[in-house]
Amino acid sequence: MINLLLFPIILPFLFAIILLFFKENIRAQRLLTVIGLLISLVAALYLVATVKADGVQAITLGSWPAPFGISMVSDMLSALLVTTTILITLFVVIYSFNAIGEERERHFYYPAILFMITGINGAFTTGDIFNMFVFFEVLLIASYLLIVLGGEKRQLRESIKYILVNVISSALFVITVAYLYSVVGTLNMADISVKIAEIGQPGIITVIAVLFLLVFGVKGSLFPLYFWLPGSYSAPPIPVLTLFGALLTKVGIYAIIRTYTLFFVHDTGFTHGLLSALALLTIVAGCIGALAYFDLKQIIIYNIVIAVGVILFGAAQMNEAGISGAVFYLIHDMLIKGALFLLIGIIIYVTGTSNLRKMGGLMKTHAPLGWMYLIAAFGLAGIPPLSGFVGKLLIVKGAFEAGDVFGSIIILASSLVVLLSVIRIFVYAFWGDPTIVELPKTNRRTFRKMMMPAVALVILSVLFGVGTEWLVPYMTDATDVLLQPSIYIDAVLKE
Amino acid sequence: MKTNDVILQTTTKLVFFIIFLFSIHIFFAGHYTPGGGFVGGLLTTGAIVLLLLAFDLKTVQKALPFNFTIVTGIGLLLALGTAAGSIFFNVPFFTHAFDDFTLPLFGTTSLHTAMIFDAGVYLVVVGAAVTMIQTIGGDA
Repeated sequence: MINLLLFPIILPFLFAIILLFFKENIRAQRLLTVIGLLISLVAALYLVATVKADGVQAITLGSWPAPFGISMVSDMLSALLVTTTILITLFVVIYSFNAIGEERERHFYYPAILFMITGINGAFTTGDIFNMFVFFEVLLIASYLLIVLGGEKRQLRESIKYILVNVISSALFVITVAYLYSVVGTLNMADISVKIAEIGQPGIITVIAVLFLLVFGVKGSLFPLYFWLPGSYSAPPIPVLTLFGALLTKVGIYAIIRTYTLFFVHDTGFTHGLLSALALLTIVAGCIGALAYFDLKQIIIYNIVIAVGVILFGAAQMNEAGISGAVFYLIHDMLIKGALFLLIGIIIYVTGTSNLRKMGGLMKTHAPLGWMYLIAAFGLAGIPPLSGFVGKLLIVKGAFEAGDVFGSIIILASSLVVLLSVIRIFVYAFWGDPTIVELPKTNRRTFRKMMMPAVALVILSVLFGVGTEWLVPYMTDATDVLLQPSIYIDAVLKE
Repeated sequence: MKTNDVILQTTTKLVFFIIFLFSIHIFFAGHYTPGGGFVGGLLTTGAIVLLLLAFDLKTVQKALPFNFTIVTGIGLLLALGTAAGSIFFNVPFFTHAFDDFTLPLFGTTSLHTAMIFDAGVYLVVVGAAVTMIQTIGGDA
């Protein structure tokens, strides 16, 4: 099965196409989406096992020889990210049954999600820098549909902003790839790495590295390019917000990590110094935002920005602890952001508002929601043994090893701010006298149905934290490939 | 407003078929010379747009009673199916097969599985473009 690594891309695509034939039949759409995602999940898990057993999987499409055709490469990092993506999507889709509304379901909501997953998994798997642009476009076009679907006034306003920002950054992406191609004469990522090592990263390559940082910084919401994110992400309904928050920025982060460990490793003093400085600024900016708002959505959205900074700061250290911390934290953040967004979606559903000042006393009426939220909040802040702890510990360890004491302190301080920002939600929404705030009438059964996928994600994130010991071999594999590009290169250019 | 467009309508009835046949020609030419599914599809869409200009949306929908969303879906299935065929032979995705066949009337012809993929592209382009034009034009 040499095509195995393509299955997590092809299967969602196939099911998205099939869904186009059942536009009006919502039951069929729901069923087919879940079946498609389950099969994709099995394929992805099998892929993880294969990568673990046989090392990096690579294939060059159309049977062309390696540097000339489009290569697809699945190392442990890609395989883990692909698996997490499908897992989160599965839960979000189940949550959508009760949260998104029939009108949206009738207008290609599920096909759009599956097309987006195709793009995301493709971007995680591709071994060709131009092809990565293509997969970025696939996921972006699907996300344009998701952000505008429903056509509320606020959505229309924010989607114009979103599309403009992304069209500009995509244009810059192509230009940057063209610059890179004009210098090294190849688009295959393994081959680019070899060629850059041969010419020893002259100044022009460093310029291109900064350009890539700009491009992926817009997608991954790095300081100061995250300006579009808080507005645009708060416009669409909660399930879409969950997908965007948990998955889309992570594609940008993945692209930065991949290019900054595979291509631009010969002048790390400048490129990685810049990356780590920007990452720290991102954390500070995110912290300010997370404390400034009384709106549930905004607080968690700014927590995305903080997480982006933490992950990239870890990746910028370029030592084993830092990178493996970044990988740990990346996957933790996907799971925990998914869980948190689904939970605040339920809070908003129950209270009918996203304004913290208008809530209170939910602990008396919706106790399970409160406890689940508390666990997720502690996980996000990184209280041991929950999932955020290991990643942050490793990142800080990496920073100390690299001698960046100042950065480590900022990371540790940001944990406190994160804890404060999410506990504030807990205090305002769950404590207090339930009689003061009048809750709108909501269906208890819908509440329970919405809780199921959210609880499942919280449990998964707890398992991710508690089961760190079992995950370490996988993470080590992911880190090894990032730190030793030769493993990646050999897998692609083996012939 | 009723306009007198007898000339346009009469010419269109003829020209539509010329453009359509030319688009098929371009589609088949595509394998070795410029052309292919994408351009062919766009030309066909051009022909349909000409029909829309000369007549109106309802007439054209009656003349071409397809759901163009479904056409897009069939095209995507065709394209993905052709590319995925390679999975069953355990060769890399997108690997195509071709050979020369002697057919009656055509003589020696080289047939490619890539052509089926291109037919998929053709259908996707026609389906998507016509859907867009119908949606935008339908609101006016």
